Amino acid sequence: MMAAASLLGTVGISGWQWIVGHRSEVWSRFLEHVELTVIAVVVGFLISFPLAVWAHRNRRAYAPITWVAGLLYTIPSLALFVILIPITGLTVLTAEIGLVSYTLLILIRNVVAGLSAVPEDVKEAARGMGYTDGELLWHVELPLALPAIIAGVRIATVSTIGLVTVAALIGKGGLGQFILEGLQIFFKAEILLGTVLSVAFALAADGVLLLAERALTPWARGRTIRVRQIEPPRKAGVPAV
Amino acid sequence: MHTFGQVFQWLTDPAHWSGSDGIPVRVLQHVEISAVALVAAALLAIPIGLLVGHKHRGAFVAVSIANVGRSVPSFAILSIAFLIFLGVAPSFAFGFGPTVTALFLLAVPPILTNTYVGVQAVDPDMVEAARGMGMAEPDVLRRLEVPLAAPLIMAGLRTSAVTVVATATLAALIGGGGLGRYIVDGFHTADTVKVVSGAVLVAVLAVATELLFAAIEKAATPRTVSASAARH
Repeated sequence: MMAAASLLGTVGISGWQWIVGHRSEVWSRFLEHVELTVIAVVVGFLISFPLAVWAHRNRRAYAPITWVAGLLYTIPSLALFVILIPITGLTVLTAEIGLVSYTLLILIRNVVAGLSAVPEDVKEAARGMGYTDGELLWHVELPLALPAIIAGVRIATVSTIGLVTVAALIGKGGLGQFILEGLQIFFKAEILLGTVLSVAFALAADGVLLLAERALTPWARGRTIRVRQIEPPRKAGVPAV
Repeated sequence: MHTFGQVFQWLTDPAHWSGSDGIPVRVLQHVEISAVALVAAALLAIPIGLLVGHKHRGAFVAVSIANVGRSVPSFAILSIAFLIFLGVAPSFAFGFGPTVTALFLLAVPPILTNTYVGVQAVDPDMVEAARGMGMAEPDVLRRLEVPLAAPLIMAGLRTSAVTVVATATLAALIGGGGLGRYIVDGFHTADTVKVVSGAVLVAVLAVATELLFAAIEKAATPRTVSASAARH
């Protein structure tokens, strides 16, 4: 914290003047950051959701799907962006392919975990009431899996916001562009500007999604605490991090 | 597409496999930076995670560190570490120092949370039983909680290791070594083949790291389970 405070001190008057003078650029790069993030998470979700439902229904599909998603997740973002350059060039498409690839593992794992956690007797009851598989998914499994799904969207969003800064190296980095430029000319104000704004954006996005989860699952409020007290603690499993 | 043929040629060219800018040297630098950061992070995060999990206290702090850790871009952490070194010790600002510092900071949160969650999730009844059998607190931790939490601790190390290897690539931006050198130098000379070759090497190293740690994780799991089962 001390180091951070002393760093902020060294932004200096010229640094603040620079920031004020570049207001419109700050705004447009922030918007670019938002756009890159939203497209990546939305497209990532549109790909992940059907795959996750398929993997949930068809246990044999789970391993290969997560294997491929895991491989994409493991390849470093910078490397993936760069490998794509000969194919798609220095374009938004290159950035998005990389960003979307990263959301897949997080989203698939969380959706499957959420769907799998729906109690068997609840599904049995719904089937007994004459629900078809589709109705069961939309009216029973999805609502109950919603907290886990949104948890996945939160992790994917926050990770993507961080990864967008790396895309600055291929010229599509939103606020990361400030970090890169500052690093190249040793300009502290620019690096700190890019960092502070992207962290603030990540925390704000996380907060908004948390509020969305609360609004979408009113029945879960207060109940989780009671459930936790009654149920024995779960066996250690790999958390969806 | 024809770039990829050239990349294959680049990677198999004997000239790129020797000297101070050769692939073996760059791989070693990359692994060295990553290993130092990972070991340092493990030495700090595992004891703290064990303590917090055992005492069932400080959970909020541990979880907050993980959340904040995830929201700060790795690129930003590296840049800030570089700036701090530049201000405090300018002669160490280029390369090793700030890179290892940044990678260390990135590696701590996953190890810390996984260790904490692993220990904290051990069945309280088993802990009570162990105490009832006369086990002292250090023994409860060492003989019961650590073995049961081992798979999760390993999973945390694996996450951190892959992140660290991936991010070590960015070290080249601040004058460091490692495989990122090919990407950054290639960019500066508009040598796409070199850039893509570097990226392919980084990707291979990251996947190899993942597979290595997955194997370690697997090896740790059945032994712990059977060992803890045998003890009870």
